[in-house]
Parts: sequence; C-alpha cells; structure tokens
Amino acid sequence: MKYLNAGEKKGRRVIISVIGPDRVGIIAGVTTILAENNINILDISQTIMQEFLVMVLIADMEQSKIDLSTLKDRLIAKGFELGVRIDAQNEDVFNFMHRL
Amino acid sequence: MLTIQEIVETIKMVQEEHLDIRTITMGINLLDCADADPRVACTKIYDKITRLAGNLVRVGEDIEREYGIPIVNKRISVTPIALVAGCSQSGDYMIFAQTLDRAAAEVGVNFIGGYSALVHKGITGGDRKLIDSIPTALAYTERVCSSVNVATTHAGINMDAVALMGRVIKETASLTAERDGLGCAKLVVFANVPEDNPFMAGAFHGVGEPESVINVGVSGPGVVKRAVERAGDGDFGTLAETIKKTAFKITRMGELVGRTAAARLGVPFGIVDISLAPTPAVGDSVAEILEAMGLERCGTHGTTAALALLNDAVKKGGAMASSYVGGLSGAFIPVSEDAGMIRAVEEGALHLDKLEAMTCVCSVGLDMIAVPGDTTAETISAIIADEVAIGVINQKTTAVRIIPAPGKQVGDHVEFGGLLGRAPVMPVHRFSSAGFIKRGGRIPAPVHSLGN
Repeated sequence: MKYLNAGEKKGRRVIISVIGPDRVGIIAGVTTILAENNINILDISQTIMQEFLVMVLIADMEQSKIDLSTLKDRLIAKGFELGVRIDAQNEDVFNFMHRL
Repeated sequence: MLTIQEIVETIKMVQEEHLDIRTITMGINLLDCADADPRVACTKIYDKITRLAGNLVRVGEDIEREYGIPIVNKRISVTPIALVAGCSQSGDYMIFAQTLDRAAAEVGVNFIGGYSALVHKGITGGDRKLIDSIPTALAYTERVCSSVNVATTHAGINMDAVALMGRVIKETASLTAERDGLGCAKLVVFANVPEDNPFMAGAFHGVGEPESVINVGVSGPGVVKRAVERAGDGDFGTLAETIKKTAFKITRMGELVGRTAAARLGVPFGIVDISLAPTPAVGDSVAEILEAMGLERCGTHGTTAALALLNDAVKKGGAMASSYVGGLSGAFIPVSEDAGMIRAVEEGALHLDKLEAMTCVCSVGLDMIAVPGDTTAETISAIIADEVAIGVINQKTTAVRIIPAPGKQVGDHVEFGGLLGRAPVMPVHRFSSAGFIKRGGRIPAPVHSLGN
C-alpha cells in the first residue's frame, strides 16, 4: 500500500483525484493547470484499480492565483476533454473520515 | 498519511453509494417575536428568519462544492408557533403559516418546520387554535411543516389530542385531495419528540435550545448496504462490526459539515442526527440493507431482528464519530421514500402490523404510509395511539405520518414526487376502534416514569 506524505501546511491543501481509462496526457493536463495557477504539488500517486487509472495529487493552494471553486471548474473541464473524471476536494474530508 | 485506497473509498461512497448530507437545518428561536398584534409578530418573525438564515443556502452550497459532498437540503426549524402565536390576540393563525412560508421562500429553503404544538399533557388556547389551523396552513402554503407532540413517557398519552389529530389528518387530506393528500406528508404526530431534530417534517426548535443553532442530518443507506454486501456470509458479530465502522465514517462527514457550516454562519453547532435516511433512489434503501442481511423481502420473519441489529450498530458507530449526537438518531423506515419498502408492500411482504413492530426497535415510527381514503378519523387516531404507546412505554421517540389518500383504495398509489416519493395504499384493519377513542382524557404515564 502506497502512502502519501502529509505536508507541513494544513487547511489550504486539496486532494485532486483522477479516475478513468489511462491515456497519454492526463498528468500533463492536470499539472499544467496547477502550474499556471501557482499551485504547488506536494505528492502524486497512482495505481490501477479494476482497469481504471486512479491518480491522486495532494496540492497546496497557499499561493494559488485562483480559489478552489474555480480550480474545480477548470479541472472538470479538462477531465471532460481527456475522458476522465477529475475533482478537487478540501483535504479535510478525507482526514475527517479516515483519521482521528 | 492518507492512502490512495482511502481516498478512493470516500469518492466511491459519494459517487456510487449515494453518500450525502441529507440536511443542514438552522434552528431559530422565535419566542422574542411574540406580540399582542399578530401583524407585528409576523413582521418580527419574517425579519428574524431572513436575517439569521439569509446565508444558509449559500454557505451550504459552498461547503458542498469545497468538500465534494452533496448537501441535499438546507432547512429551517423554528420555535413551536403555538408558543409564539399564543400571545397574539387573534383567532386566525394562517398569517403565521404564510409568514413562515414567505420567509422560507425568501432565503431559498425547501421546508421550514415548527408549525407545531406540544400538547402531551393538555391543550392550551393557543395550541388549540394552531391545531385547528393545521389543515388550512398545510393546504395553502408550500414549505411549512407541522408537528404535534401528543404523548411523553413522563406525561402519558393525551388521548383528547390523539382523537383530535385523527380528525385533523382527515381534514388535511381532504383539503389537499387533488394532490393525493400531500398536506399529510407535512404533518407528524409524535411521542417523546426531540427538540433538536433536523429532519422534516417533524423538525422544530425546542425551548431548551439556544438562540440559533445548526443541526445536521446524515444519510447513507447505500453505503451501509454495500458494506453489508461486502461482509458476505460473516456472522452477526462481523455484520455489526462492519455496520459500526461504516456508520462511523458517514457520521464523520456530518460532523465536519455541521461544524464548518456553524462556524461560517456564526452560530453554535448543535448535533449530528445519525439516522439512516433513505431516498426513493434504488440502492439508497433501508429495506435493501435488511434484505442484504439475508431476508428475501423486507417484512418477512426476521425483519425486526435485522432492523434492531442495524439500528444499534449505526448508533454505536455514529456515537463514536460525533461529539454531540441528537435528534432522532436511528434508522428511518418511511414507506414512500424507500424503494425497497415500496416493493415489499407491493409484493405483499410488508404490512402495517409488521411496520408497527419494526418501530419498536428503530426511529421513528409509521412514516409516510398511505391508507385508503375512506379510513375513519377514529381508526387513524387508534393507529396513532398504538404507535405513541410504543414510544411512551419504551422511552423513545415514535411518530405517525399517515396519508388517508382521498378517493384511493388498497392497490392504488399516491404520488408525491421528489424526496417524498410514491406510496402504495396499504390496508388497515376493518374493525372499529371508535368506542376506545371516544373515551377521551389521558392515559396515565407508565410506572417507569417515576424515576426520581
């Protein structure tokens, strides 16, 4: 089981998840949007589950030029283009559910 | 140190298993809005609701987006209107119902609860005026929900109120006859009603509550069903453990959303109600959980035991996940809102008597049940009396939300649409209870109410 590193800054971190058939350009597509908006990638991890690519990025939005809502819109649009499902969620959701 | 599997588990719960937050409900105290002039009181009520809840829907939508967890409903509960309106010199309470409806529309919530009276030991002048106005209020408003508490373990059962509510339900159905008696779907008769319930139609803001509060109701029958399926042929210990762990995770979402919403709205966080609330969507059904445990159909022998296990395991898991658990907190078994329950009734597996037995081990009671339109007021009162007796004796909340569907017979359906769903009309016993109901008075509190 691969563990993702927990970063030092809390609260401004988001989890970006990509689920769908693997193809060329997925990582490039997502990371380009993050780079353009000054969002730092803290960790990136991927695996294959039931023939689907599952990629998870932890990113820090501390210096981001855009807010989470706008980031979501851009990622969802990119996902549509690439034929995969992309979402960005506040990291707290996962920590609250799986960690005490 | 989150694992990729954990992240995917959460995403799957939302996307495939219907995990959502069923409601964030803002409770608002209206006692300070009472005024001898009903128009002045209503202006104060409207202003207070729109001031405090003005941002409720926007904050809910922001959280939903940020966390990626759907928040299905944003709602408001208020102080029982009988207490607020009782001070007004007015015989007509319709103006209060219309004010609540207008305020709810203004802030964009789909339901506002609290057109309510607490009459478990007796009926005051204000209570009586409110109860008499319920049929009209529910027929001529869209968003107002009403509830009446007719019994508690400490006071016993107010059988005068039980008799009265049978007639009120009949009249409510008749005034909303063209919509299959929809008004009755917005009216709940309670025993031991909780003061912090976030779920409609029974929500109101109790007198022991703060000025304003955020209560949250979680959902997630679909998530529990998948977990039960994954437990395979495991024994009951394994089953209970699986449900507990799943309920824990679901409730954590409620805790997070509730605390975040309360902080952003600047009001205290009240409770998470850990009830499993089904929706008409296939796969989001409490009946299907029971069937996944090994029952061919919900309603057959073994159903009560299965529900008891489910309800208890949900409580144990949920209680560990939240700092404050409250409200109803148990599995709901509303017939019209649960695809598995509807199927069980249609196939003849589930009857009213079995549903009544099931309410002994879960919250909340006989919920969203359609019965023939010619069912008498006395029979409805007797159904209420049975149900509240279960609550009173077992020191728990029970309730009745029943629809005597005008012009409908057994085998017909009523259609409410949306979350209220559709219900097959169920048979009631054909023997009369009228002689029992007409006695009037109060059934004394049980001996175990003498706990002091």
